[in-house]
Amino acid sequence: MTARLGPLFEACGAQHRAALIGYLPAGYPTVDGSRALLQAMLDGGCDLVEVGVPYSDPVLDGPTIQAAAEAALRGGVRLRDVLSVVESIAAAGGRAVVMTYWNPVHRYGVDAFARDLAAAGGLGVITPDLIPDEAQDWLIAAQKHDLDRIFLVAPSSTDQRLASTAAATCGFLYASSLMGVTGARDVVSSTAAELVGRAREYAPGLPIGVGLGVRNSAQAAEVASFADAVIVGSAFVTAAGAGTSGVRALAADLATGVRRPAPQPA
Amino acid sequence: MVGIQPVESSTAVPDARGHFGRYGGRFVPEALIKALDQLTEVYTEARSDPEFTARLNGLLADYTGRPSPITEVPRLSEHAGGALIVLKREDLNHTGSHKINNVLGQALLTQRMGKPRVIAETGAGQHGVATATACALLGLQCVVYMGEVDTERQALNVARMRLLGAEVIPVKTGSRTLKDAINEALRDWVTNVDTTHYLLGTVAGPHPFPVMVRDFHRVIGLEARAQMLARYGRLPDAVAACVGGGSNAIGIFHPFIDDPSVRLVGFEAAGDGVDTGRHAATLFAGEPGMLHGALSYLLQDSDGQTIETHSISAGLDYPGVGPEHSWLKDTGRAEYRPITDAQAMDAFQLLSRTEGIIPAIESAHAVAGALTLGAELGPGALLLVNLSGRGDKDVDTAVKWFDLLEDK
Ligand SMILES: Cc1ncc(COP(=O)(O)O)c(C=O)c1O
Repeated sequence: MTARLGPLFEACGAQHRAALIGYLPAGYPTVDGSRALLQAMLDGGCDLVEVGVPYSDPVLDGPTIQAAAEAALRGGVRLRDVLSVVESIAAAGGRAVVMTYWNPVHRYGVDAFARDLAAAGGLGVITPDLIPDEAQDWLIAAQKHDLDRIFLVAPSSTDQRLASTAAATCGFLYASSLMGVTGARDVVSSTAAELVGRAREYAPGLPIGVGLGVRNSAQAAEVASFADAVIVGSAFVTAAGAGTSGVRALAADLATGVRRPAPQPA
Repeated sequence: MVGIQPVESSTAVPDARGHFGRYGGRFVPEALIKALDQLTEVYTEARSDPEFTARLNGLLADYTGRPSPITEVPRLSEHAGGALIVLKREDLNHTGSHKINNVLGQALLTQRMGKPRVIAETGAGQHGVATATACALLGLQCVVYMGEVDTERQALNVARMRLLGAEVIPVKTGSRTLKDAINEALRDWVTNVDTTHYLLGTVAGPHPFPVMVRDFHRVIGLEARAQMLARYGRLPDAVAACVGGGSNAIGIFHPFIDDPSVRLVGFEAAGDGVDTGRHAATLFAGEPGMLHGALSYLLQDSDGQTIETHSISAGLDYPGVGPEHSWLKDTGRAEYRPITDAQAMDAFQLLSRTEGIIPAIESAHAVAGALTLGAELGPGALLLVNLSGRGDKDVDTAVKWFDLLEDK
């Protein structure tokens, strides 16, 4: 199966740069507000947005994203609102995938969700708490509705699991750069480069994105030196506090980072 | 001494990946898989290591005080329609509840894995106290996550944990109860998994927790089954237990699963009543979904968001349940019924006044259930009830509920 995100990574490859991927939860601060913020991320220079599904029990998220998800849920956001946000992004010519804990999809119906996401113009789903071992119905639905399936690997993943996870992945492999929950950090840990190096052996030709902790252009440049995509989440959630202009400015800054050769260590 | 024993026929479940029928499994971040695999491997090894089982059984006997007795309660039984109620006295264990059985097992596994640090969640505080106790005993560092609501209603146990040298971290997110304490423990685990064992306190969570915690608690049912046969020359007609995550219930149910004449009945927290929306009757009112790493019955809304629960009992105030109970419900081998706060508190007082045993409010749900079950089964019926814990921790709640400090 050819990946829906294939053309994106080909284009970035032709420009010898990494892709910039930005995350924001749908419904934060409101459904329409999130539409505008996600569009601003794309306008500012993101190549792809991850539209987050706010969830009551986000065990892989730190305080920043937790608070945003809680606010969105208090505002009454529903899964169908997430689909409508994806639809407006796609209608405006942007690329979007959905990032979701699995229970909301399970509850909606895996096949129905895949069908409706594909109809909305979404390109795939990132599944932080679904491993390929438990994903039989999702793998089938994703094939059927032509969606990318983006699984995560971690520094603790064994070689065997890197291989099996990469084999189930389509679009890009999501490497969490360090052990822990989401949240901006000052340093990009060296485990990220090691993990990407190991993953490449088992995922020839599969783009690898690195997330968890990136918040500025210098870090973006550093990650871009070894990964195919730089993924930024919590920093965008923080920037969303300053509205669309804050988000657009952060995207623009990060976009220079993914285009810059990495600073050489002194 | 019964201790930990291999499980035979009723272990068609779970399969090698922790599935009880469609339930269970591992719905967790990839970052935790290596630790779960390691735990599975070390546990599997330890179970068949005579040195490990000797050490664990030694602690269960000399430290916990096992076997726990069974106690016939005739004055309580007068309120049970002629049935005779027999209590399995897990309240007499060191630290005051069944929780210690599992904790000692996992604490020894923590040592075996060479990890210096233990984290745990706690609702009523009984699991936290048991964990803090085992960590003191074995020289492990201990951090306990507890919802802020629960630190207030179970303040005595917070003090006990701190006395035992544990760090107690109040959790201020979400509903500030057990569910959120587990979320926070999982976040800690994913960050510190190399040095830390997550000592989960019930039969929920990703594989291998549901099967491992069950096996550590089976000692309850193995002892009770033998004690009933020895004293009454027959098996009970029904076995009753309260169900929060489901560990004390599965511990006493499991050795009876292959005895078709024995009814297995779990009692869940109905809070203000199952039709008020303020309850925690997961198996009674929930639908299958994932929470905390497993597929099981779950109290969730139509969008798959977990619903906030309510129970007067902190240990039952949880929207999920262990996957094996979901399987037992669907197969019909066990049944699950709701008990309201008011029913539980009536039973709490009744057992205190008729038998001189103050139960944990969690366990009072099982006692309340047994009273109605006894009336259904009729005269001559023999009923085994798991008294999972003692009520010292609940005196504050009882004072408020019954206005005990008012001079009347
Ligand atoms: C005395 C007692 N019984 C029962 C429970 C409920 O847990 P489980 O359903 O896992 O036995 C608790 C939990 O805190 C408890 O302290």
